[in-house]
Amino acid sequence: MRIVKVLAVLAVLLAVATFAAAEGQVLLNAAGATFPYPMYSKWFDIYHQAHPSVQINYQSIGSGGGIRQLLDKTVDFGATDGPMNDDQLKQASVPILHFPTVLGADVPSYNLAGVTAELNFTPEALGGIFLGKITKWNDPAITSANPGVKLPSDDIVVVHRSDGSGTTYIWTDYLSKISPEWQQKVGKATSVNWPVGLGGKGNEGVAGLIQQTPDSIGYIELIYAVQNKIAYGRVKNSSGAFVKADLASVSAAAAAAAKTMPDDFRVSITNPEGNKAAYPISSFTWLLIPSKFSDTAKRDAVKDFLKWMMTDGQQYCEGLAYAKLPKEVVTKEIKAIAQIQ
Amino acid sequence: MATTPNAATPADIPGNSRTLSRRWAGADEIAHLITLIAAGTLLLITVLLVYQLWVLSAEARSKFGWSFFVTKTWDPVVGDFGALTFIYGTIVTSAVALIIAVPLGVGAAIFLAELAPPKLSSSLTFVSDLLAAVPSVIYGLLGVFLLVPIMRTTIQPALKKTLGFLPLFQGPSYGIGFLTAGIVLSIMIVPFVLSVSREVLLSIPRDQREAALALGATKWESTWKVVVPGARIGIFGSVFLALARALGETMAVTMVIGNNPKIAASLFSPGYSIAAVLANEFSEATGNLYLSALIELGLVLFLLTFVLNGLARLLILVTTARGSGVLPT
Amino acid sequence: MSFRLAWRKSLNVFMLSLTGLCALLTVSTLFFILGYLVWNGGKDLSWGFFTHLPAPVGEVGGGMANAIVGSMKLLLLASLFGVPIGLLGGVYLAEFGGRTVPFLVRYTADLLNGAPSIVIGIFAYALVVMPMHHFSTLAGGIALAIMVIPTVLRNTESFLRDVPRSLREGSFALGANKWRMIATVVLPAASRGILTGVLLALARVAGETAPLLFTAFGNRFWSPGWNQPTSSLPVVIYTYATGPYEDWHRQAWAAGLVLLGLVLITNILVRAFLTRGTAYERT
Repeated sequence: MRIVKVLAVLAVLLAVATFAAAEGQVLLNAAGATFPYPMYSKWFDIYHQAHPSVQINYQSIGSGGGIRQLLDKTVDFGATDGPMNDDQLKQASVPILHFPTVLGADVPSYNLAGVTAELNFTPEALGGIFLGKITKWNDPAITSANPGVKLPSDDIVVVHRSDGSGTTYIWTDYLSKISPEWQQKVGKATSVNWPVGLGGKGNEGVAGLIQQTPDSIGYIELIYAVQNKIAYGRVKNSSGAFVKADLASVSAAAAAAAKTMPDDFRVSITNPEGNKAAYPISSFTWLLIPSKFSDTAKRDAVKDFLKWMMTDGQQYCEGLAYAKLPKEVVTKEIKAIAQIQ
Repeated sequence: MATTPNAATPADIPGNSRTLSRRWAGADEIAHLITLIAAGTLLLITVLLVYQLWVLSAEARSKFGWSFFVTKTWDPVVGDFGALTFIYGTIVTSAVALIIAVPLGVGAAIFLAELAPPKLSSSLTFVSDLLAAVPSVIYGLLGVFLLVPIMRTTIQPALKKTLGFLPLFQGPSYGIGFLTAGIVLSIMIVPFVLSVSREVLLSIPRDQREAALALGATKWESTWKVVVPGARIGIFGSVFLALARALGETMAVTMVIGNNPKIAASLFSPGYSIAAVLANEFSEATGNLYLSALIELGLVLFLLTFVLNGLARLLILVTTARGSGVLPT
Repeated sequence: MSFRLAWRKSLNVFMLSLTGLCALLTVSTLFFILGYLVWNGGKDLSWGFFTHLPAPVGEVGGGMANAIVGSMKLLLLASLFGVPIGLLGGVYLAEFGGRTVPFLVRYTADLLNGAPSIVIGIFAYALVVMPMHHFSTLAGGIALAIMVIPTVLRNTESFLRDVPRSLREGSFALGANKWRMIATVVLPAASRGILTGVLLALARVAGETAPLLFTAFGNRFWSPGWNQPTSSLPVVIYTYATGPYEDWHRQAWAAGLVLLGLVLITNILVRAFLTRGTAYERT
């Protein structure tokens, strides 16, 4: 039949065209966190330009997805902003290593027409809003921290993530530390049972929803607020200072943890004690690398990329509003690369 | 897809001329076998599909049992899963869609089958068929950027003002939510209601209409009191078919429903549907129980559409096959 | 004229115009959608859109070349797997079947045809992605093929049944046996209708997003071979539309226009030319 012939010819052509391109290339597939996605996307692009034979395809499906797909072995490595817990690590067929890549921050971003001032948020206000107890923008818990700002009496629209997310992990980790009620009712994880709000997929989706929904508030990674010009507020840290998320305040939050970094790099730096300059909802974000690769070409590519990322790659961080890794952490990580076999 | 029952039935023709090609003896059996395997593949796929969903959802089924269907919680932190909020969201959005799409689709079908000149009718049907071919992600795109802002700024406030005493139309206007998802769905299923209803209406014999008209009925009366009742069951069939479509629709709904597992009386409230939660959480569910609960949701959705589709085809078959034998009561 | 008659007459006119309005409303939706997409997406269609790879996230520019090729490869696989099975299965139903098996197959085909596409995606994930430990073009193609099979099968069957009895008898009279008769007389006679069914089925799955989310996955780069994740137009539209970047939104509109354009043009051409002279009915 004619159809069959045409199809066969097409198939041969496409097969030739596509397989020819595969010669000598190392193709790595990775998936996970959306929190560092702008950074990773940039890195993988620059690295690919410098090493044309290595192509790293990163899909930002969320940290939960990164962990799941790594455990299912459908990707070569994963990425997350909430470190894997012991149960998840036990499920892996080969030990999984955490490599911190950059530091970022969850910021409370909002879409309030007519409010130009930067809002201050107390931990109580954030906890109340996300528990659904504070429902109006002119609630005393918010206004008292913002003298002189005229807040509308409109309903607050809470926006959160609908997918498994490390950004959510950081946010709920923080809320669990500052609100006993949150810890008891909701807890911390990459996906939680939200008391209120709309769900968006990925940091991209939440940022999109905040932009499209008046009177909304949600949490997103700093760069998404910066790139999309969404307003975000200061948060009161444990020393009582209202701090805006930026490179200095995020680095300050990591300073203490950098000195006491555990060997597996799994550490939480939300709500750090005793540092007036620290932004309280900061976090490392990690690449999840299996300690054993069956394909040596892939292994070498991953090791080389990690080394590049920790040294040369770090210079691109600040352009995207991520804080560089502290020196101590880089030294420790470079030693850890040797564990990949 | 309708087959024409009056065409020749090729299987009846006897294979009576073996004389010329004796060396091909047995070739018919081989051809029979090959085509049978192809047809069997389809059965195999379906059986395998149900089997996979059944096996992979075993953990959730044994842990939650029937209470899965009446539990509201969806809490991945503690591993407590219930399907009620998603079932609710699926049903509410589909109901909204049907309330809008059925009158619209049936009305348009009446126009096309009974009133419009054949040429106009066939070209309008052509356009409606094209509408059915528009990919759902396109509806989602228009939903997000066009419908959601209109809902938020115009339609929902207007509904609140006029019908706000009903709990259905209360609460803040987010723009996204059950109502918006239902409206997007309704636009998507109208072509299905329309085309099937039209076919069913056309299958009602001419003489019934003419008899009614001869008795002095107006065109509308002959249509509404004679033709439509005769086609009633088939139209129900088209509704079930559209419903099955609406229940399983994924992308457009995911983009405008709000993705929040919640049961609320208000149609303005954000919600979640089975298909949407699968699209959002399936590739990222951590933990076997979580995954298996999601797959059980998939199984529920599949079986639901399976039953509805079966029912729909049966009803359509009954009306179109009965032909002239039926008088309306 | 009595009051009652006047009432009935005006009701007649009113209701009839109402049905006309329904038809108008339904039909105009398509033109509205098309117009809106052209208006929003038309200005962002450029040569670069078709030839460039996507830019790193957050940066302006880039195109969807890999998504367009990815979609084509997926469709190719869908037809390679789906069409032969559907075609041969249709031949079985029309030419060989007895009573029980064809009934079962026909019924299953209709039900599978109505199965939610997201469920097909889960199935393909469990069937292909999990055992192979790869998201891949292959997995996406299989998911789409599963959606193509029932449509092609039912179409083929109905067109084969429409082939006139006289043609078959003529062939038998010349001494052909059954499979030769099917291959040389019946299939060619029905080929236009069958091709129509195949193309419409492909046009339908070309716009499917849900089954690709966890099978073909996504890719920022070209996807060589069949064993790597690939980008595809519908998935990119979904990601870009729900994202926050202005530039993404612009590209989503442009991609939406391209996708809708391809689907509609296929539909129009197929229905206008191939169905001429056949009793094609909508699936």
